[in-house]
Amino acid sequence: MTCKQLSVFIENRKGTLSKVLNVLSKSGVSILSMSLADTTEYGLLRLIVNDPDTGKKELSNAGYSSLVSNVLVVKIPHVAGSLQELLEKVEKEDINIEYMYGLSIENDDAYVVFKPSDAEKTSELFEKDGIVTLTPEDLLKMKL
Amino acid sequence: MIWSEVETYSREKIEQIQLERLKETVKRVYEKVLPYRKKMDDAGVKPEDIKSLKDLSKLPFVTKQDLRDNYPFGLFAVPKEELVRIHASSGTTGKPTVVGYTQGDLDTWTECVSRIACMGGATKNDVSQICFGYGMFTGALGLHYGLENIGSTIVPSSTGNSEKQIMYMKDFETTLLVATPSYALRLAEIARSIGVDPTKDLKVKIALVGSELLTEAMREEIHKCWGEDVLVTSNYGMSELMGPGVSGECEYLDGMHINEDFFIPEIINSETGEVLPAGEQGELVITCIKKEGLPLIRYRTKDITRLIYEPCKCGRTFVRMENLSGRSDDMLKIRGVNVFPSQIEEVILSFNELGPHYEIVVEREGYLDKLTVKVELNVETDSFKELENIANSVKSKLRIVLGLDAKVTLVSPNTLQRFEGKAKRVKDLRSK
Ligand SMILES: [Zn+2]
Repeated sequence: MTCKQLSVFIENRKGTLSKVLNVLSKSGVSILSMSLADTTEYGLLRLIVNDPDTGKKELSNAGYSSLVSNVLVVKIPHVAGSLQELLEKVEKEDINIEYMYGLSIENDDAYVVFKPSDAEKTSELFEKDGIVTLTPEDLLKMKL
Repeated sequence: MIWSEVETYSREKIEQIQLERLKETVKRVYEKVLPYRKKMDDAGVKPEDIKSLKDLSKLPFVTKQDLRDNYPFGLFAVPKEELVRIHASSGTTGKPTVVGYTQGDLDTWTECVSRIACMGGATKNDVSQICFGYGMFTGALGLHYGLENIGSTIVPSSTGNSEKQIMYMKDFETTLLVATPSYALRLAEIARSIGVDPTKDLKVKIALVGSELLTEAMREEIHKCWGEDVLVTSNYGMSELMGPGVSGECEYLDGMHINEDFFIPEIINSETGEVLPAGEQGELVITCIKKEGLPLIRYRTKDITRLIYEPCKCGRTFVRMENLSGRSDDMLKIRGVNVFPSQIEEVILSFNELGPHYEIVVEREGYLDKLTVKVELNVETDSFKELENIANSVKSKLRIVLGLDAKVTLVSPNTLQRFEGKAKRVKDLRSK
């Protein structure tokens, strides 16, 4: 199952990040996980939130460029090498992982957000192999 | 529709009117305006020396500095009591330049703008919303009187309170918009932000844009925002000469017809002052031949253009001036290369991935000039590769057009400054 991720273009200027976060919190959008990658001039803030569509709408009203795209939130078993195993599986199918980041929640399980070149195909692949991916409903139930 | 028969006179007849009026004007200023008499005496030329239109080149130039030196009324040819209106252009440095009108001047002005409005497609059935700032600036009142004179319904909404502007446009069914090109874009942006689609929900079919130069890319951008069927024409003027109404584009969009029975244009080499042959590009110099209050002779406009004498398909015989390629004082010299901001604008507007607003910053780093172009991102993306590609393609296109390397900075939509009047998009931070 795929989940929606909200990505925001931010300029590397003092205060931009907090302004973006402020827009989200004001509109009741809460963040489950985030990753910030940047160059010297701008960055992309990638977020897993409870309500990505509202987040995008509010950000656009506030003058930010954002995008909602599909990602996979995958449960990683607590066994050494399990992430590597997962990656190999995906690569075999000629799917690229564009980036990934961790999702930290208040239990013992580890989760990773995957952005594969083909989210649907990866989702099917994982389902077939019994790898657990979270649904949007699961995310809503998560405790931060 | 052609407003006046004069606009179709033969060249011979136009030149006959011009010579007659030129002689009269030169004689009048020599008698009545002391600084003019001094200038002419210094140049060794007397009113009697003007026997043909060619003799115009014997007369000295007038510059904005002359207006400043004679602030406020020193170059006026009538006593102050005969003036019925005063306008002033905001001087960015020092004193403003003051211009005055007699009743006769206002009538001339109205006639000139009526012609230009008709060239741009206006009729008495139009509802004309004037989104130029009213006040000391000549733009708004100039268009106002002309458009009223042809019988259209004026909505003098001025600038500011942009959401209300859109409401007027919708409720009054505005068909004609008067604005600077950049404010026209801004208004469309605001309309969209409040759920009004200018191409569907508004009835604007004519845009008379002026006070900034209109590049073809900008015209296209206005079409994109306001609809392909909108006739977008530019018009030209400056307060020193009268205000808007010196020239305007007809529906063939191939240069602006100059009201030659009121103004004589020349093109000069702006460095040597030498008059250039017909068709060559250079600085536009204008002589007012029917002004009473402030009849400037050989006024250096600093605008760079070319004159087109070939007949126009519209039937008007008045000479056309090419849409401006820039102003000599807008020109930036960056690492020895001449750059017009309009060239940068053309490049930016050719990218769908970018919004139409931009900012140009020139700085000095050590001994080198550094050019930075800030542009607003108009795509939604999650990919650094795509962002990099956009910046790099803009950069390489700028290099081709300007012959210079520029730094391209992508910024979020709606973050660069918007302008209601003349846009000020260039920040030159080099100490002069
Ligand atoms: Zn024409």
